Amino acid sequence: MSLGGAHVLQGVSFDVPAGGITALLGRNGVGKTTTLRGLLGLVPRSGRVTLAGDAIERQATHRIVARGVGYVPEDRDVFAGLTIEENLRLAERNGSARYDLVYDLFPVLGERPRQRAGTLSGGQQQMLSIARALLNPNRLLLIDEPTKGLAPALVADVAHVLERVAETETALLVEQNLGVVRRLAGSIVVLDQGRVVHVGHASDLDDRALVHRLLGVGAA
Amino acid sequence: MSTFVLLTITGLGLGAMYFLVASGLSLIYGLMGVLNFAHGAFLTVGAYAAWFAESKLTGISSVGLRFTVAAAIGVVAGAAFAAFVELVFIRPLYQRHIEQVLVTVGISLCTVALVEGIWGSDAKFFVLPSWFAGTTTIAGAHIPNDRWVEIAAAAVVLAGLLAFLRYTRYGLIIRAGVENRGMVTALGIDVRRAFTLVFVLGGLAAGLAGVLSGVYFTSITPDAGTSLLIFAFIVVVIGGLGSIKGSAVAAVVVALVQQYVNYYSTGMGDLSVVLLLALVLLARPAQLAGSTA
Repeated sequence: MSLGGAHVLQGVSFDVPAGGITALLGRNGVGKTTTLRGLLGLVPRSGRVTLAGDAIERQATHRIVARGVGYVPEDRDVFAGLTIEENLRLAERNGSARYDLVYDLFPVLGERPRQRAGTLSGGQQQMLSIARALLNPNRLLLIDEPTKGLAPALVADVAHVLERVAETETALLVEQNLGVVRRLAGSIVVLDQGRVVHVGHASDLDDRALVHRLLGVGAA
Repeated sequence: MSTFVLLTITGLGLGAMYFLVASGLSLIYGLMGVLNFAHGAFLTVGAYAAWFAESKLTGISSVGLRFTVAAAIGVVAGAAFAAFVELVFIRPLYQRHIEQVLVTVGISLCTVALVEGIWGSDAKFFVLPSWFAGTTTIAGAHIPNDRWVEIAAAAVVLAGLLAFLRYTRYGLIIRAGVENRGMVTALGIDVRRAFTLVFVLGGLAAGLAGVLSGVYFTSITPDAGTSLLIFAFIVVVIGGLGSIKGSAVAAVVVALVQQYVNYYSTGMGDLSVVLLLALVLLARPAQLAGSTA
């Protein structure tokens, strides 16, 4: 995969097992976000990407999403000038919108549908961003740093929501908070210098030496 | 007082045409990031299609009906040409902004040359209902009747565009796309359809501006679109890139300033508009992007 003409990821290969959450880990700048964006076709990439056995690497982003790939971007990317209701309505696909689920997970969104997304707090914008991705049933959910910049109480709320999501959907999660990863993920994939350097179980994160070597941090 | 009223209504008529050109230009730039120098060509095509249709519709005896049908044909021709330009020239150059600018400049030049080649560079005239040549007296000012048509047409287009953006799914997609095109795609939406649609909407409005410019200026010429496009770009920048309401307000302000200054300081109107643009750029250089609706 390349950004601005420079290859930032090369030879990255891993599987996301059906059901539950796989965490994509690595130091800052190793290409985690680029991997997610590459899977969606939002950045130029070559190679092979399959979804439930079907090759999708040549398909346009909107077609990949229509096959059941949800996306929660790193910076939330809610549409600030649109209302909560409009942000959600925009995400509707195939008449299968799950408003009951979304409002059950995030009651605050149902209480103020006409509020502009740009006036929401950072935590509420993150809820809206996740809600937008959960509005439709997903075969794969790509979630990029959902707890970034959130207060500890909100981190726990978001983790709780993702825990519920993991009961029914498959997700690939980029997350810096190892506590959240331990709580949510079943398997992990670690990137370093644009390559996969470790594939294993989330319990591997209990190995302090391994965590220090792979991620450059002490185990929390 | 009567002079001031006449200048104001005439300015509003001119502002109406600026808005009709600028609204499409603004939406296209806001959604696609395309500086569409071919937009004036949509106006020219609309104007000449209407004029040509009017000259051939001799079977319609009513002058008013003939002009109305011809105007409708001109509007549709502007939209069809815009769709053609987007599908054939702009779409293959998606995300290649420099090439898009170059190709739209080329289309603009080619269109003027083509129209000149077919119909010559002499001015062409619409045959209009007699009411258009009359005046309405307001506060002692004799206002040419066609000004009301131009103002009403722009008001209808403004209301229609705002309603479209507010109440339809494609309007929602366009508003969101102006903010973050990539995220709209990441929600599973084929944003290219919205691209074609904004070109068609822009072409409709520009085609209408082409017809009305023939009424306002009493004739059409191959380079009519190019002349109006310059002021439309200024309107878009002052009104906020991607903002329809901003374009409407800026169109009125630019046209009124131009009219007043032209009259009260003998022909300095164009310069005053450029100075107004410079003031806006100095006052808010980082806030040129407006909200869509």
